[in-house]
Amino acid sequence: MTQALKDLGEYIAQALPQDVLGTEVNRVGELSLTVKAASIVKVLSFLKDDSGCLFKQLVDVCGVDWPGREQRFDVVYHLLSMKHNQRVRVKVATDEETAVPSVTGVFNSAGWFERETWDMFGVLFSDHPDLRRILTDYGFEGHPLRKDFPLTGYVEMRYDDETKRVIYEPVKLTQDFRSFDFLSPWEGPGMLPGDEKAN
Amino acid sequence: MAESQIQSYTINFGPQHPAAHGVLRLILEMSGEVVDRADPHVGLLHRGTEKLIEHKTYLQATPYFDRLDYVGTMNQEHAFVLATEKLLGIDIPIRAKFIRTLYDEIGRILNHLLNVTAFIFDVGGMTPLLYGFEEREKLMEFYERVCGARLHANYYRPGGVAADLPAGLLEDIAAWCETFPKVLDDIETLATDNRIFKQRVVDIGVVTADQALDWGFTGPNLRASGIAWDLRKAQPYDVYDQMDFDIPVGKNGDGYDRYLVRVLEMRESVKIMKQCIAKMPNGPVKVEDNKITPPRRSEMKTSMESLIHHFKLFTEGFRVPAGEVYAAIEAPKGEFAVYLIADGTGKPYRCKIRPPGYVHLQALDMMSKGHMLADVVSNIGSIDIVFGEIDR
Repeated sequence: MTQALKDLGEYIAQALPQDVLGTEVNRVGELSLTVKAASIVKVLSFLKDDSGCLFKQLVDVCGVDWPGREQRFDVVYHLLSMKHNQRVRVKVATDEETAVPSVTGVFNSAGWFERETWDMFGVLFSDHPDLRRILTDYGFEGHPLRKDFPLTGYVEMRYDDETKRVIYEPVKLTQDFRSFDFLSPWEGPGMLPGDEKAN
Repeated sequence: MAESQIQSYTINFGPQHPAAHGVLRLILEMSGEVVDRADPHVGLLHRGTEKLIEHKTYLQATPYFDRLDYVGTMNQEHAFVLATEKLLGIDIPIRAKFIRTLYDEIGRILNHLLNVTAFIFDVGGMTPLLYGFEEREKLMEFYERVCGARLHANYYRPGGVAADLPAGLLEDIAAWCETFPKVLDDIETLATDNRIFKQRVVDIGVVTADQALDWGFTGPNLRASGIAWDLRKAQPYDVYDQMDFDIPVGKNGDGYDRYLVRVLEMRESVKIMKQCIAKMPNGPVKVEDNKITPPRRSEMKTSMESLIHHFKLFTEGFRVPAGEVYAAIEAPKGEFAVYLIADGTGKPYRCKIRPPGYVHLQALDMMSKGHMLADVVSNIGSIDIVFGEIDR
């Protein structure tokens, strides 16, 4: 299985040398392609129609936020080929301003997934027929799945008996949200303040 | 007499409407009684599950999956624990695999019973809903006996299941498997050949095989369009590869086929359940590694090491090596998947949930265009949507 995926990755990289930046089969045996954001439509069209791939279904599109990176967002596409019983993951990187070409022309199922990615992360998609917010409230501000968006949000809603309508107010917490840092000082993944003194 | 002019107008369907299966707000642009465009407004039940999971340990994240599709809850947990186990690189005991398979099928019947009978209810038949709920109650009792909760089970854990089956449960499930097909026959007698039911659903909301692929259909909706694809067969997880069952496939891709596929799937699920019970092996139900699963309660009282493990697991949780994984299972509604990115800490860096209903609802516009208003209700019923998972 892993070997077949490696071969497939090489095959795709050879067919689209200008567009594919890298292929990788990770330790759980899944093939990931990193491609240029501008070529995403071309790559997905190839994956869909080429007889060696036939990834006829786009099962998922989502965003990932890496605030430390210059291009802070990944847009991740998951495709499924029923013919070859294989899955592939395609990633493109982008930032807050650069739009990723929409793949709704290739897969109709991308429509709502891209709307969700826009809603949750603020990733722009060019040529999307209907890029509205989808999951958040009407008139919502911000993009909640970004890492710098607080878990509790900024506004809360309640029914106000005086004005007889629903009103929005800034969030008031009786106790601040507590995020415990459980990274053990003995076997943590990285350096902690003061570690340099140990050497 | 002047020619009467048909005016276009917009109808607001829901969010409080008995046929909307939850909080669906549908903006329907009509010309006369024919639908020009259906624009579903979703998100009224959005609870930020994915964001919450980023702030919880892996153990604390599983209960959120019960609250997605709250009709057949354990199946969702399955996707998440599979993803976590793949990243941890552990293999779970065989008995746990059998228990999970058994309860996945119970979840499937729970889901299909509600959907099929509510679908019949939407188009005018009330009795099957009453029959269905009685059986659902029995199944939820099986849930309750194994985990203490009727709906929000939190039973599957990374590394196995929370607890072993209580004595006598398997016999009771086996007895239920004998009586259930009779109830299914009763439901079918009332609906399958019913003239009124068929008038409402045959040739309504037809989705061709190409359309189904293009719109990302999975599960019974895809199979009703004539594509024999089931993750239990194609990419088997746990012990589905040891089970003998068939995949019902439709022909026309209309509402009637979607109904028939679900009814037949329930019969297949009973077959799988019987095999699980017959083959159920003995042994542990979770991995013995106390870095992942908590030690036995009795040990905890006497062993200092067990107490520490217990404390550490339920405060900071276990650490998952960095990596990413896409784990998909055949949930009752279709392909339910979790795309998990771990960064080596005790909390997921990103947990994307891929709900099947979200994708199916997206296609409602395509399915309903040119149909009558009453057919929209039939289409909503036939694609099987639950807002817990769509809005997340």
